[in-house]
Amino acid sequence: MNIYGCYALFIKELRRFYSVILQTVGAPVVTALLYMAVFGQVLKGQTIEGVPGTAFLVPGLMMMSVIQNSFANTSSSFTQSKVMGNLVFMLMTPLSPFEIYLAYTGAALVRGCLVAVVLFVVTHVFVSVPIMHPGLILVMLILSGGTLAVMGLIAGILADKFDHLAAFQNFFIMPMSFLSGVFYSIHSLPPFWQQASYFNPFFYMIDGFRRGFFGVGDASAIDAIAVAAGFFTLVSAIAIWMLARGFRIRS
Amino acid sequence: MTEPALAFHSVCKNFGTFQALDRVDLEIERGSFFALLGPNGAGKSTLISITAGLSTASSGWVSVLGHDVVSDYRRARNCLGVVPQELVYDPFFSVRDMLRQQAGYHGCGRAYWPWIDELLQRLELTDKRNQSIRALSGGMKRRVLIAQALVHKPEVIILDEPTAGVDVELRRTLWAFTRELNEAGHTIVLTTHYLEEAEQLCDRIAILDGGRIRVLEDTRTLLGRHPYRYLSLQLDTPDAVLPEAVAALVESRDGENVELKLQTGRDRIGDVIEAVRGAGYRLQDVRTRDPSLENIFVELTMNQDKVAAA
Repeated sequence: MNIYGCYALFIKELRRFYSVILQTVGAPVVTALLYMAVFGQVLKGQTIEGVPGTAFLVPGLMMMSVIQNSFANTSSSFTQSKVMGNLVFMLMTPLSPFEIYLAYTGAALVRGCLVAVVLFVVTHVFVSVPIMHPGLILVMLILSGGTLAVMGLIAGILADKFDHLAAFQNFFIMPMSFLSGVFYSIHSLPPFWQQASYFNPFFYMIDGFRRGFFGVGDASAIDAIAVAAGFFTLVSAIAIWMLARGFRIRS
Repeated sequence: MTEPALAFHSVCKNFGTFQALDRVDLEIERGSFFALLGPNGAGKSTLISITAGLSTASSGWVSVLGHDVVSDYRRARNCLGVVPQELVYDPFFSVRDMLRQQAGYHGCGRAYWPWIDELLQRLELTDKRNQSIRALSGGMKRRVLIAQALVHKPEVIILDEPTAGVDVELRRTLWAFTRELNEAGHTIVLTTHYLEEAEQLCDRIAILDGGRIRVLEDTRTLLGRHPYRYLSLQLDTPDAVLPEAVAALVESRDGENVELKLQTGRDRIGDVIEAVRGAGYRLQDVRTRDPSLENIFVELTMNQDKVAAA
């Protein structure tokens, strides 16, 4: 394995988002804080599943940020390299499909986790959120961030222009993350939508992550980990297969 | 037996119904300075893309120093440096950072940084090393691309039209540099539309046309076997009506300046001059020249067009 090559690509990806950190970390944190300010006001004094409404929001917003930023990192980096034409510099090197997958996913995961941690620290000033199961939080963070990073990689491979990427983000990632229980417990939904939520993998990501903080959730920890791990494995297999085949990147 | 620098065996490439490469067989010896020529759409870039791993052959195989570009791609790509035709770059990084990253992808760490600094110096990029590539001129970007292809010290270097849109000074710098690399033992493969470059630099030439190798010869042999010479005449009047036998040899004419194409062994210079004088015209100047690679190239590719049209 070309370990140093993989590390070099990982570091390059880290430096890419670090060079525009206001846009890649600062902006998502501010957006999440705005959600917090608006929905926190609406939920003030209410409890959801026995948890104060404002505290309930925090893990959901953290996971939503992880989902959106992990996806954005790989998808925008890959698409930009395709559009600018500089992807050839990576494709002409001895990096294997797995090494490319690992470097892109790892860097995107770091960005997603960084946004989540900053968000947690900032919101901690306003609202106290307990940490019941740190291990579960970490596992869900890695599996969820990893899944979205890989989905971003797939979207980047498929997209020929930023318009394609925006469509993927706005018509798939955004609705799936908003309709997965960021701002509510699915028990508050009508029966049909409650059942439908169980088919949304993003629901398990947010629910399992939230359970790590409060010790309560709509699905069990095992189900959450199993679905997130299964989905991560599935999308990883697809991404590595696409890279190995050179799908839409090698003619 | 020493493996050739590059070997292409019955390489075919189809894009849908279009056949870009048709059973290309070619071996390029180690240490040679090789020109791959051909008109636009001949298949040169496709051949380079397959070698670099940017494209896959529909059939046949390619190897770099004996390493198959598909089954042994890591070794093949570590032996190869490709300067792409397009001026592409990563806008996020400075020149030096980009070169260090590129070396890193090949598994080359800090030990290669002095070599990268040497490349920057040799290509006159040292004072631009901390600048973003997007801030550089086209010529400077071209130098960065060349440095980028060399960061991992590849034995085989492919330059895909490296002097397109480059000023004379930079072109000379580039050629001096590639000559040095060749003298140091690197195999250089060059595609260019400036045929005089191939003529001056390369020891062997392949002409690709319609996806097939039409010509593969040493440069001197190729130039020598061309059965023509060119005779330039400057007449005393632009309205001169040349005798029929001479008019049949006219290759180009601009007023009193006439260039004739004479077939060796058939058309004699003395006879031509005598015929012109016999028609009552005086000659102001007479010059001869051997055919250039450009003449040969045009002729060969035109002949192929005629065959295809027939």
